[in-house]
Amino acid sequence: MRRTNNIILETAIKVLLFFIVLYSVYIFTAGHYYPGGGFIGGLMTAGAIVLLLITYDIKTVEEFLPVNYRILTAIGLLFAIGTSAGSLLFDVPFLTHAFGDVQLPILGELSLHTATLFDLGVYFVVVGVTMTIIQTIGEDE
Amino acid sequence: MTNLIILPILIPLFTGVILIFLNNRIMAQRVVASISSIGTIIAAWLIVQKVRTDGIQSLNISSWDAPFGITLVSDMLSALLVLTTSIIAFVCLIYSFKSIGEEREKYYYYAVFYFLLVGVNGAFTTGDIFNLFVFFEVMLMSSYVLLVLGGTKIQLRESIKYLLVNVISSALFIIAVAYLYSVVGTLNMAHISARINEISVNGMPGILTVIAVLFLIVFGLKGAIFPLYFWMPGSYYAPPAPVLALFGALLTKVGVYSITRTYTLFFYHDMDTFGILSILAILSIVFGVIGAIAYWDIKNIIIYNIIVAVGVILYGISVLNTASITGAVYYLMHDMLIKAALFLLVGVVISITGTSNLRNISGLINRFPGLGWTFFIAALALAGIPPLSGFVGKLLIVQGGFEGESFLGAFITLMSSLLVLFSVMKIFINGFWGKDRTYVGEEKAPVKQLLIAPVILVVTSALYGIGSEFILPYITQAADTLIDPNIYINAVIKE
Repeated sequence: MRRTNNIILETAIKVLLFFIVLYSVYIFTAGHYYPGGGFIGGLMTAGAIVLLLITYDIKTVEEFLPVNYRILTAIGLLFAIGTSAGSLLFDVPFLTHAFGDVQLPILGELSLHTATLFDLGVYFVVVGVTMTIIQTIGEDE
Repeated sequence: MTNLIILPILIPLFTGVILIFLNNRIMAQRVVASISSIGTIIAAWLIVQKVRTDGIQSLNISSWDAPFGITLVSDMLSALLVLTTSIIAFVCLIYSFKSIGEEREKYYYYAVFYFLLVGVNGAFTTGDIFNLFVFFEVMLMSSYVLLVLGGTKIQLRESIKYLLVNVISSALFIIAVAYLYSVVGTLNMAHISARINEISVNGMPGILTVIAVLFLIVFGLKGAIFPLYFWMPGSYYAPPAPVLALFGALLTKVGVYSITRTYTLFFYHDMDTFGILSILAILSIVFGVIGAIAYWDIKNIIIYNIIVAVGVILYGISVLNTASITGAVYYLMHDMLIKAALFLLVGVVISITGTSNLRNISGLINRFPGLGWTFFIAALALAGIPPLSGFVGKLLIVQGGFEGESFLGAFITLMSSLLVLFSVMKIFINGFWGKDRTYVGEEKAPVKQLLIAPVILVVTSALYGIGSEFILPYITQAADTLIDPNIYINAVIKE
């Protein structure tokens, strides 16, 4: 197998990856008050993984990220359906969300909203779908 | 229970996701799929009963009041169509068990099957024009996958055409919704209707007529009416029988439903657009019939019969009086059932003979009498012979046509029955009578198991025809809403 010496790229990725993932998580969590949300956050995380795929090969990336992206998509869908169908249990219209201030031990008082869980579902689906597309095309002979 | 009307969307969606996890365990997939399919039928039946006793049901998703959030609305028409869809889906599912093959089952066949149902049931139930678009896309994306799954040469070629046509029509749909939104400033269908009513006191403004025609083009492309049906014969020729039955029974009918809904709810102020609809419907009947009698290929004959049926239903809508609308609703449900049955029967014939060319088939009735007689009854029902289901609908449409003094259309509708009967009897006479032949798949094809599905549909269709006295109150209730949009508006926007 042809192996070029990508030392600069590999070193740069070690720093960059951290920032990209952090920024995508920031954008995901800021979605309620600022531009951002599950879709763009998921795309950016997928972008980070694509950067890994460019630096290393598919097998190496699979080794340190052993994720089945189709299952990840399905899990994301389950999150989205679950949080919306939770309203069925309380006999309120579908997709009605609940929110409130919660007192947590370390983090203090937090304002939490079940729409975030829905957004987490979106996030997983976007990561799963993007990576499935890129991996299946990449593995194709 | 407040969330009853979302169950026919939610159950298939949830099932589809569960089936992704089970993609290698075929038996588990089949069990889960069957159970949830029966669950959907029960939920749809409960909705029909609920709408029958309590009137139109609406659900404001996410607890936002009517014009501001997405509203799901189940009037009798949607409820009946959802019930019919669920029955057809169940039947196609049990047909798939025996015919679709392990290769496809392992590649998410059932999951995509359920996502298709989500789209169809959602499109029938939604009360929001943009949400209708989204459900159209859910339905179309699943249909792309079902069409191409298996990857034979003909499927790949026809998928490209199908995809291209539908991407263009979806873009047009968005443009039409954007125009409408810029004129009326709302997306909730009941609210749109109320707003159009306000600005149409002195006749409908020209821009709304343009939008009406744009919607006709969009839904006409989906529903295969006269100049826009060109993609259908090729695309529907490609997929295997159960997928074809789903497409033939459901997809075009969603287009027909959307035309019915938008025209009776939004654009009823302008009879000129109904004139265009009427002409296109009559031409669809004529061209569909020409196609149906021209071909010697059993798949093509039935495919062209879809175009005829779409024409008949839309003609009934375009006349817009009580009899014709009642007839159109009746005929719509009949046609969904009987088209699914015919495509499944054609699938059985092809699995026996290995060909769909009618010239290479004869004498099937000697060895497969059950298949022969089921096909015979289905053919009579399609043409509209009295005790069966096609009769009442067509009778009412023709009656409505004469009452509305649209004599040419009514006459063509009547004559089309004759030629439709000729086209299916051609299959029966040439394929089932005549001298015996031996066929490649004769020994291997599990004919008895495959026949269960179409027999269920034909029996349902026969009961639908014989019990029309029992069913008519439901149909009348559906037609009432279509004729008087205020019933719909008042049910959705509660003052």
